[in-house]
Amino acid sequence: MRALNRKLFRDLRLMRSQALAIALVLAAGIAMYVAYFSVFDSLQKTREAYYAENRFADVFAGVKRAPLALISRIRDLEGVSQADVRVVVDVTVDLPGVTEPMTGRLISMDFPRRRPLNDVTLRLGREPEPGRPDEVLVNEGFAEERKVGPGDRIGAIINGRRRELRIVGVALSPEYVYAVRTGDLLPDPSRLAILWMERQALGAAFNMEGGFNDVALRLAPGASEPAIMAALDDLLAPYGAFGSVPRRLQTSAWFLSNELTQLQTAGIFVPSIFLLVAAFLLNVSLNRMVAVQREQIAALKAVGYTNGELARHYMGWSVIISIAGAVIGTGLGKWLGVGMVGMYNAFFKFPALVHHVAPEYVLRALAIGAVAGLVGALTAVRQVANLAPAEAMRPPAPERFRQTLIERIGLKRHMPPAIRMILRNTASSPVRTSLAILGVSLAVAILVVGLFFVDAIDELLRVQFEVIQRQDVTVTFTEPTSSRAVYDLQRLPGVQQIEAMRGVPVELRHGHLSRRLAITALEQDPVLNRVIDSALRPVPLAAQGLVMSVTLGRVLDVHTGDLVELHVLEGTRPVRQVTVQRLVDDYMGANAYMTLDSLHQLMRESGSLSGAYFRIDGAAEAPLLERLKRTPVIAGLLLKRAMVQSFKDTIQQNMMTMVLFNVLFAGLIAYGVVYNSSRIVLSERGRDLASLRVLGFTRGEVSAILLGELAVIVLAAIPVGLAIGQALGALLVWATNSELYRFPFLVTPRTRVFAVVVVLVSAAISGLIVRRRVDHLDLVAVLKVRE
Amino acid sequence: MSNVSASVFSLRDVTKVYRMGEIDVHALRGINLDVAAGEFLVILGPSGSGKSTLLNIIGGLDTPTAGHVNYLDHNLTQASEAALTDYRRNHVGFVFQFYNLIPSLTARENVALVTDIVKNPMRPEEALDLVGLTPRLDHFPSQLSGGEQQRVAIARAIAKRPDVLLCDEPTGALDLATGVVVLEAIDRVNRELGTTTAVITHNAAVADMADRVFDMADGHVVNERRNATRKPPNQLRW
Repeated sequence: MRALNRKLFRDLRLMRSQALAIALVLAAGIAMYVAYFSVFDSLQKTREAYYAENRFADVFAGVKRAPLALISRIRDLEGVSQADVRVVVDVTVDLPGVTEPMTGRLISMDFPRRRPLNDVTLRLGREPEPGRPDEVLVNEGFAEERKVGPGDRIGAIINGRRRELRIVGVALSPEYVYAVRTGDLLPDPSRLAILWMERQALGAAFNMEGGFNDVALRLAPGASEPAIMAALDDLLAPYGAFGSVPRRLQTSAWFLSNELTQLQTAGIFVPSIFLLVAAFLLNVSLNRMVAVQREQIAALKAVGYTNGELARHYMGWSVIISIAGAVIGTGLGKWLGVGMVGMYNAFFKFPALVHHVAPEYVLRALAIGAVAGLVGALTAVRQVANLAPAEAMRPPAPERFRQTLIERIGLKRHMPPAIRMILRNTASSPVRTSLAILGVSLAVAILVVGLFFVDAIDELLRVQFEVIQRQDVTVTFTEPTSSRAVYDLQRLPGVQQIEAMRGVPVELRHGHLSRRLAITALEQDPVLNRVIDSALRPVPLAAQGLVMSVTLGRVLDVHTGDLVELHVLEGTRPVRQVTVQRLVDDYMGANAYMTLDSLHQLMRESGSLSGAYFRIDGAAEAPLLERLKRTPVIAGLLLKRAMVQSFKDTIQQNMMTMVLFNVLFAGLIAYGVVYNSSRIVLSERGRDLASLRVLGFTRGEVSAILLGELAVIVLAAIPVGLAIGQALGALLVWATNSELYRFPFLVTPRTRVFAVVVVLVSAAISGLIVRRRVDHLDLVAVLKVRE
Repeated sequence: MSNVSASVFSLRDVTKVYRMGEIDVHALRGINLDVAAGEFLVILGPSGSGKSTLLNIIGGLDTPTAGHVNYLDHNLTQASEAALTDYRRNHVGFVFQFYNLIPSLTARENVALVTDIVKNPMRPEEALDLVGLTPRLDHFPSQLSGGEQQRVAIARAIAKRPDVLLCDEPTGALDLATGVVVLEAIDRVNRELGTTTAVITHNAAVADMADRVFDMADGHVVNERRNATRKPPNQLRW
């Protein structure tokens, strides 16, 4: 092997701990890249295959009740390649031994299945047999959570009477990859049962024989989605249409897409930070090595090595480290990816979500590593090229030092020489010191942002369930019910307070802009479920007119005082003009509110209600829920306590893991930057420090000078890092805010303290390791210095 | 006796000014010089007289600020970086006062650094044998004495069979006995291989082993003399 290459490997071995620190930082970045993108890739490919295999529909529409005869006209619409109609009804279900209310979504299906749209994948058991009205398929998520399977029974409250259904099979559906009930923030598989029932049976139970209330369409390639949706809406309008929805806005599909986008964003954003830090570390270390090897480089040039040969030599150092980091990172990333997919399996139900790392990602990871290595080496290589051999043989000119600003303003007298040395040392290489400060501050920033998310979610939960929704139970009725019947419920034992609500599907129009949504009508001064603005103050509902979310206002381009056209989408479908009384900056959704009275006036109806909020006596919860389950008018029951609990159980576990990784990675960056800086400082000042020892300074005093320089860097980095973290957090909040939810932006003192502590500990560990080297400075060698 | 024949080097009015830190240094002020093939030259002078600078220019490590430098038919005056590198690679061997060995390579590997990049070199073992270091082939510089390190440097310089051997204060860091050993190695190379040799030193005693001696002061050549006979190194005393 060529002697020059031997030198390269021996040099690397001499600096192995530094090289390792850098490689690990790079590895962390590559690991994130590989993890995020391989999971993204696996998820996306699985999704595409699943949607295709099960013929996931392109367009969905709900309607009050339309006759089956309409199906041929739907099928005849231009661009429609397949159309299925179904009956879909939400009911309350229960299981023996379970008091909390659960929702069951009954979906009709023809058995035996003949390749319908939104087909299911049978996982256990068999299909229901025709002529057996009580046989159902249940979704796998619910079955696993509740430990039910073929042979078990589940009760469904249909038209006020409890009916026993028999589970004969367990299935998965592309419509419910992400199965979340309306009103829930997160999927709760234990509280939402999807039940597929034979068409006739379901139709008979809900007065839907000869009719349907749900349409699914498959479009031909190249067909115009908006045109077909408009045509479908026209067809369904006479039958109480709620408006068609394209696949991308279907709940499950939407959440899944969102998740994929976030994976991609994170996969680019997060690794970049690590790669930048790694490139910086390489740069600084290599520059130092070139400075230290100044005379060797001069000798090599004297002997006839070209700039190109020497450049390749030094770049090799950088590239070897970064490729090593990339290889470690790829392995680590693969392992992380498997873990992440495991986490996803809890939320996203696919027939087979398997993690695999496509070779292209491995290649890209290696390439990224190599590029980082090359970029990190650039300035050092330039230094090598510019080194004039003759000059390099001469001893270097004494480093230029100046009195620092602090000294010049007169504090010099109060500072012992050690402090002066520390200050002047840090000031003598401003670029390098600044970059080191920046590196450590990135570690602080990463922690702040990571922990901020934990706090933000906690806050979101708190606001949602303690400030906005203060009810214990939310009840929805099968259809608008008289207020008398609702207020009768108040007399049930255990009910402390009831507030009524009415939800109405409408289309709001302003000029050429429109939006379909459900208006929520509440009592004049609600106590249980309130409208809250971003300052957490309750917003009074105007006696007349609408209060709407700022988000909705933006969509419709309306301001306070504007008039909008309200098209009611049910009943007599009246059209009215309403004033926008106020815009509210709320946390979730694009909502519109009015008082019950004004809605009833608008609809010219006497006061029907679609739901109610209950505050109940905890002791009487169980019997009350039983009673409510069996009340004929009640279609759905949501128990807040249970929602909060399941949220905490699922989310918080994942949060802890994320926080752990966050801490590890940030700690690694802090350690890497501080260790590297300290080794370089030691290399530069080693001779000076040894001289001090010869003069009589103790080990402790000399360490203090070295560590003092590092302390200046770390302490300066803390406020910078907190500021960057704050800014990054705000940026992320802005970037992730959508119509569905907006994160509150808050960085708690606890987060700040935690971030600072982690970085300080990391830096301290690194400092202690370097201190051992200071203690072993070769004093004798110093005395042989030549000038 | 050395073979004094045609001029291999000619320097005309060579001047060199360089910047060190914040000061301008006038190292050479109009040097005129010719060197014949196979000659052994010694350049004497105190610290700061410009002798190292002169050597660096002859060796293609540096270019003059003004004047001309020629090696055979190579014009070194305005040569490009690449041309100078090529010249050094193929024609010049350097020995420096502080050896400038690569600390992470053994003696043999340090010599191999050079033999790896030239055509028709000696084998590293051969070069090291010429300077009497066969027992130390696989030792690192830290395991060698000053004199041994310098001899490795000489072996490294001659392994490529250079036309010119330039030595900058080769014995500056060594005691008398070791210094003599080193000078004997250089002397042997000049006599046996016929390599044109120039040695810079501030030690006047070394001048006695040369064919010609140049005295330098303050950037000028102030005196030039020829030695009738060359003393062998073991008879030098300082």
